Amino acid sequence: MSDTRHVKLPWEPERYELAAAQAYHFDLDRREFFKFLGAGLLVVSVLKSASWTQESGGAKARRGDSLPTEINAWLHLGENGQVTVYTGKVEVGQNVRTSLSQAVAEELHFPMEKIELVMGDTQLTPFDMGTFGSRTTPTMNLQLRKVASAARDLLIDLAAAQWQTDRQHLVAVDGKVRDPRSNRSAEYAALVKGQELTQSIPAEDPLEPAGSWSVLGQSAPKVDGRDFVTGKHRYPSDQKLPDMWYGKVLRPPSFGATLVSVDLKNAELMGAIAVHDGNFVGVAAPSSTIASAAIAAVHAEWKTEPQPSNQELFDYLKKNPAQGKDPTGDGDRFDLGNVDQAFASAVHRLQQTYTVSYIAHVPLEPRAALAKWDGDKLTVWTGTQRPFGVRSELAEAFRMPEDRVRVLMPDTGSAYGGKHTGETAIEAARLARAAKRPIKLTWTREEEFTWAYFRPAGVIDVTSGARADGTITSWEFHNYNSGSAGIRTFYEIPNQRIIFHPSHSPLRQGSYRALAATANHFARESHMDELAHTLKMDSLDFRLKNLKNERLRAVFQAAADKFGWRKRPSKPGHGFGMGGGYEKLGNIATFVEVNVDRKSGNVEIVRVVSAFECGAIVNPDNLRNQIEGANVQGLGGALFEAVQFQNGKILNGKMSRYRVPRFSDLPVIETVLLDRKDLPSAGAGECPMVGLAPAIANAIFDASGVRLRSMPLVPEGLKAT
Amino acid sequence: MAIVRLSINGRPYSFEADLQTSLLTALRDLLSLTGTKYGCGEGQCGACTVLIDGQAQRACITKVSAVAQRKITTIEGLSSGDKLHPLQEAFLKEGALQCGYCTSGMIMSGVALLNGNPHPSRSEIVEFMDGNICRCGTYSRIIQAIQTAGKELAESGKGAKQ
Repeated sequence: MSDTRHVKLPWEPERYELAAAQAYHFDLDRREFFKFLGAGLLVVSVLKSASWTQESGGAKARRGDSLPTEINAWLHLGENGQVTVYTGKVEVGQNVRTSLSQAVAEELHFPMEKIELVMGDTQLTPFDMGTFGSRTTPTMNLQLRKVASAARDLLIDLAAAQWQTDRQHLVAVDGKVRDPRSNRSAEYAALVKGQELTQSIPAEDPLEPAGSWSVLGQSAPKVDGRDFVTGKHRYPSDQKLPDMWYGKVLRPPSFGATLVSVDLKNAELMGAIAVHDGNFVGVAAPSSTIASAAIAAVHAEWKTEPQPSNQELFDYLKKNPAQGKDPTGDGDRFDLGNVDQAFASAVHRLQQTYTVSYIAHVPLEPRAALAKWDGDKLTVWTGTQRPFGVRSELAEAFRMPEDRVRVLMPDTGSAYGGKHTGETAIEAARLARAAKRPIKLTWTREEEFTWAYFRPAGVIDVTSGARADGTITSWEFHNYNSGSAGIRTFYEIPNQRIIFHPSHSPLRQGSYRALAATANHFARESHMDELAHTLKMDSLDFRLKNLKNERLRAVFQAAADKFGWRKRPSKPGHGFGMGGGYEKLGNIATFVEVNVDRKSGNVEIVRVVSAFECGAIVNPDNLRNQIEGANVQGLGGALFEAVQFQNGKILNGKMSRYRVPRFSDLPVIETVLLDRKDLPSAGAGECPMVGLAPAIANAIFDASGVRLRSMPLVPEGLKAT
Repeated sequence: MAIVRLSINGRPYSFEADLQTSLLTALRDLLSLTGTKYGCGEGQCGACTVLIDGQAQRACITKVSAVAQRKITTIEGLSSGDKLHPLQEAFLKEGALQCGYCTSGMIMSGVALLNGNPHPSRSEIVEFMDGNICRCGTYSRIIQAIQTAGKELAESGKGAKQ
């Protein structure tokens, strides 16, 4: 098949929290670079749209003064032999610090343990939009490979010049350039001694996927794993500064409440610095205990407005389209053929509605920020997937230029799409300005459950038409509010009408790992099973009959073989189901066995088999880890996670009231990796999640005859129907 | 406020604090032992697990007044010098972490389990560890790491000390 999917990674309209993102241009001075980094070799990855093309791909290193402005990564090799790579990407547990180090080691021919990555520091690293959408592997990994490969070429050039020989006789191995004929060799460090060399590489020209990788494609362990198992690593919430105080923010009693009056006297009597500025009320105190007591002592009056509750949610979403949104706009609508005509002539026609609830990310590390002012300069350490976006938010909040704001992102205790925004950073910075000292603010779990944003809830209406032989002829799909990621069907259907209808959301909503692909796959793959059942066809046969995409067929076949779909036993209470699709350049098929106890209503997930293909595999063990993790996290949303809310209040915003998957929920998870060395590598943080929920729903139907169309499927077990 | 004296990782600490202060706040804010994490504040997630006389306990719901005179071990005190505890080694070997934020608590709970039961079965591990949450979903690897460390401890013949 022709695979053009990797060319375009469109923005999904449901990334509401990113709507205000600003473009940024990075100005650099070459001399400043070397002053900061020390002498040596600097290779810069540049977006092609930028000028400086005369340098691209040239073997000669540059000695001029200016550097291009649209830089997205760079590599510095110092006279001391240290390699430092700068990227605006961040580490939240997806292990890109390791996989990007592998990319550099692979192409530079340099020991991985001597490579340091500086990530997500707005002062030191080039601009990056953010770490989301499974983009790090398809973009940054390739860009760093190119940078490292150019650096290696340059080092060979340097050696050739020094030794007055032809570069084609020389090889670069393990941090040295060597001439095998004379056995002469030189360390990289020695070659760049006293030099200040720069070269720029166009970011957009990817290298061909290599079949001969020796570092990439291997299961390199987490590069700084030792710091994590010894408790040495400092997460954002672990950051400290001398004279630091602790912050606390006053939260409204419900969503949509407005502050009428506030009395800060009691808080101030306790020794806290109290701030009331617009709609912000907060305190700073020498200890977190005093800060908590002081915020509790603030007396405030609020005016509340009636708010929707989750009982009426799905009705509400269908009846309240988002203002100013045109559902017929680009990306929100897809039409093919003549749907209505095809429905009229279809032998079988099926219409069903599916729903998904709001769920919370529950990153184990809640939002945290440490803010410090030096005169009119602000520095904030915080856990965010968008350090540059948070810098913009801070600059806007404090009406100051961005170059006076620095945001640093220490490797963070997970995010799953939930840490794109900078509210905690702004809160800490506001308190730090008032207290005239550094302030650390760590959200409580309850704050995280209430004042962060949620994965959008949604309603999905699906209508399908098919011929008696199992050919799907018509497909209509309406998604209300949950989002348009993964909304298009990958089955071959001549007549389609697919529309995303954004709604006014009663709760603050935003990105969640895999976005709406989870909801859309749940509806689509559940519906496919229902249609197969109507047609009295085997679920796998029915899918394959309507599926041409070779990569997707391959994962369905591979998962079916490993799972033993064709040989599945008939066991009382046991049921088997599948779900799959593609998303973010990856292909997934997940097969599930459940055991349903109709008496107690208990649903046990016995076994999960996922086959995944995302091009050339960068790190097999980490890939398995991501697939296993996506399935475990996906279990929660599939089976029992849902945010309960009533009249502007979250009812289950505590760890004791909001159930997330635990050890006892763990099924046997088997993964099958399809390694396509001929294809570019794609990310794996999101796609592996999308097959699980429909596979479970389909397996529950197989076991019990009960068709469940709402996620979570069995928050209180399978009720008698 | 009172003077609190604690024995942590074999070292004496004394500091001024309200006796109602949680052990977690004392460790993190007052003593800069930040390896022990805040996750929920109600003893539900296990991120703050420490050992009190060798038993796993949630530091977020433990008051400092309750652990004076007791032997407290945190993740920082588990290795001896450069030598990691076998369970720390096993976490690295099995790749039993993603973001690593739950790791300290997981390792401390795992050590407590191995202290009492050097050869736990899968179901014993699941039961003992069920109060520790890993949002990245590395549970199967953590189970494997605990079993690997159990074997290592049995072979080295000394068992966990803390």
